[in-house]
Amino acid sequence: MSDNIDGGGNGALSTMTLDGEDVGFTPGETVYEVSERYRREIPTLCYDERLEPFGGCRLCIVEVEGSHNPVASCTTKAAPGMKVTTKSGRLDMHRRVLLELVASENRDLDVDPMSGYASGEMATLLDRYDARTGRFLGMQSGTSHPDDPNPFILRDYENCISCFRCVRVCAEQEGDYAISVMNRGFGTQITTEFDGILKDSACTFCGQCIQTCPTGALADLKALASKDVPGETKLTRTICPYCGVGCSVDLMTRGDQVVGVLPAMDGPANHGALCVKGQFAFDFIGHKDRLDTPLVRGDDGQLHPATWDDALDKAAAGLLAAVDNHGRHSLYVVASGRAPTEAAYMMQKFVRAGLGTSYIDNCSRA
Amino acid sequence: MSNPLADMDKPDVIFCIGTNMTECHPVAATGIKRALANGAKLIVADPRHIVLADLADVYLPLRVGTDSALLLGMAHVIAREGLVDQAFMDARTTEGMAFLEHVERFPPEWAEEITGVPAADIEQAALWYGRAERGAIYYTLGVTEHICGVENVQGLCNLVLMTGNIGREGTGINPMRGQNNIQGAGDAGALPNNYPGFQPVTDPENQEKFEKLYGKKVDLENGITKVTALEMCGDQIRAMFIDGENTLVSDPDRAHCEKALRSLDFLVVADLFLTETAELADVVFPVAAWGEVDGTQTNTERRIQRLRAAVPSPGVARPDWWVISALAKRMGFQGFEYEGAEQVFNELCEVSPIYHGVDWDKVEEGAYQWPVPFDGHPGTPMLHSDEFVNGRGIFNLVEQRDPAETVDDDYPVWLTTGRRLASYHTRTQTGRSAGIDYLLSEESLEIHPDDVDEWGLADRSWAIMSSRRGSVRVRVKATKRSPRGTVFTTFSFADVPVNALTGGGYDPITQTAELKVCPVSVVPE
Repeated sequence: MSDNIDGGGNGALSTMTLDGEDVGFTPGETVYEVSERYRREIPTLCYDERLEPFGGCRLCIVEVEGSHNPVASCTTKAAPGMKVTTKSGRLDMHRRVLLELVASENRDLDVDPMSGYASGEMATLLDRYDARTGRFLGMQSGTSHPDDPNPFILRDYENCISCFRCVRVCAEQEGDYAISVMNRGFGTQITTEFDGILKDSACTFCGQCIQTCPTGALADLKALASKDVPGETKLTRTICPYCGVGCSVDLMTRGDQVVGVLPAMDGPANHGALCVKGQFAFDFIGHKDRLDTPLVRGDDGQLHPATWDDALDKAAAGLLAAVDNHGRHSLYVVASGRAPTEAAYMMQKFVRAGLGTSYIDNCSRA
Repeated sequence: MSNPLADMDKPDVIFCIGTNMTECHPVAATGIKRALANGAKLIVADPRHIVLADLADVYLPLRVGTDSALLLGMAHVIAREGLVDQAFMDARTTEGMAFLEHVERFPPEWAEEITGVPAADIEQAALWYGRAERGAIYYTLGVTEHICGVENVQGLCNLVLMTGNIGREGTGINPMRGQNNIQGAGDAGALPNNYPGFQPVTDPENQEKFEKLYGKKVDLENGITKVTALEMCGDQIRAMFIDGENTLVSDPDRAHCEKALRSLDFLVVADLFLTETAELADVVFPVAAWGEVDGTQTNTERRIQRLRAAVPSPGVARPDWWVISALAKRMGFQGFEYEGAEQVFNELCEVSPIYHGVDWDKVEEGAYQWPVPFDGHPGTPMLHSDEFVNGRGIFNLVEQRDPAETVDDDYPVWLTTGRRLASYHTRTQTGRSAGIDYLLSEESLEIHPDDVDEWGLADRSWAIMSSRRGSVRVRVKATKRSPRGTVFTTFSFADVPVNALTGGGYDPITQTAELKVCPVSVVPE
């Protein structure tokens, strides 16, 4: 499926024409990448900038002077002197028909945005090209897997359009190769090894497939469980609280509730990648076991709720008693490797400015 | 890490030792998988046949606690085959001649005797790393949680220094930090030997500097580590204040740890939950969680990143910095008036040379990797490109040492501990996140199927595992990921407190516990 019509140019010129405008490019760039850089709006469905170009959906077609048929811009390398048109009535017509064909396979055109990062891509394009016609209604590919009992990933293949983004992200981005393709044509089925449930496959539940899926066929079950929580979904950029890699995430909240996590595609440490913990293990913060009040041990030997004032008084008195009776080297503090840096800074200042000691450590030795 | 995470798909030879990266740092591991797709060679040294071993071009299944022997054997081959980067050694290292003589004593056949790794495989690994254009080393706690953790790291440094695999893209010596902000905690000076920015407390100039800043003369002697402090509980140490650590479940030798904390006159704990440790406290402070606080954390590649509050905390829980400063003020300590995390962070930057040029507003973009020594400095993605902090890289003449405890008739099996993908540490967080139970609902002891048979056990049966310090009851999982004679489990589940068993020894320099080696017996229940 190569559309490479690089006319043997040696890259010396490195300029081409985009909709009549002369533009520069770096040898090796695709026409799509150059067009993106110059803010052309070229529709795509099978494209994920982190993955190798695939050329499957054909929506990114452009016209190239000297070529009879439009070519897929994602797999066509820019060449010196190339004259490209990204927008025309002919292209719009082609794109609309392609979208109508894709939409014919897809029953549920309106996808809840909680489904995943890219889940609204197809619906958005259908609206943009006015392609919700049902013109090619008919056969469908893909069989859903409602029997997969995993609590994270919805597998509704009736909404699958065979763009293979899930298969590619699993292979290229994660290196897990848990998802594969079975059969061809209308028999096409995205599946796992031996067509079983995800838990029995190489799947690590990193959630990358649900975040790249453009139709919500693979969707975030944990986020969808909150789709009826009232309010607008708000995103807040922060960093994952688990290992030391420091993946950037966007926390999805509705009201005072965290309802899900989206990977940050521009995160400097992760570029959109996450693991099962960063993607799905977020709801401990709203757990009923959270401490919501200070506790003070009473005369009965039990811990009882207390006000901040009482708890601080009691704590200060207890710690100072040790210092007064046994000296400033009788108090030891342990800072957290999980809390923000400001907490650790404050802890070391507590012993140094307060007691003049370095009787402090963090949890790095065990 | 000497090099940025973005470098991970750039080496042509990768040496992973003591790092179960696909489970413990899964997103970083994707970089290694991309490097492999680009044709890089992967060397994996680990006692367990971890997922990375499946991907390796050469897998070195060393016996637990024999890292130094393996590294000496590799250094021997590199020296013998003339793969030494003499120009680099001349320009940037010292003690090189003595080291090259030293390693003559350690041929791969010698290393095979100790490590159990075939000499030919040690030879192959050494040849690949020695010939690499861009050789990168990645390691984690499998290297450091030994009584000889420092020597193991020095052994890796020796390989780096003799081959010049440092200071260039796609090379380096790269420890993967385990906790989200363990780097930041050290950076901020939460250490007994360093002020913020790793300024030694034993330096009188630093003492003077901080006396001016804090209005208090701090001891010129190092403080003590937590390991020592726990030893001294009830004696010199009478009170403790612990922020965000479930010490009782995460630290080695649980019985000792519990006795220590119970012997205190007073214990204050700040945490999200009433952890096993908080249950022992006299006062418990509720703190704001991730997602509820503003602030910063610093990742394994020294990147300073911004944390943001998205939702309010439950009840009257407050950010850690607020709790600590409120307590300090209540105790009459001076200099604890703060209005927010930004003010605390700016003070840290002011007193720390490695954060000095960091601008709170620009932390937003995550663009800073420290050191950032002055305003306008862009940060330092790669360390050691021109020179080492101390001038020249020093070769260390390390030798192989046995673990603190070795197997015998009573405790004939090696236990090594670690982590699994779906759980985090003592499960205070992952254990309370919906769905994680589906992937991992209980602890298990991973045993080679042949050992399962030989020891009279069965897959999913119950076993009693004991060390010199304690016993636990644990479910058996037969798997070839464990080699014969070595078993594996984690410290995630409170009902299988594996830290009741561990704690036989500590590295004499860092006092890091030998959590990777513990002789045990394993018998049917």
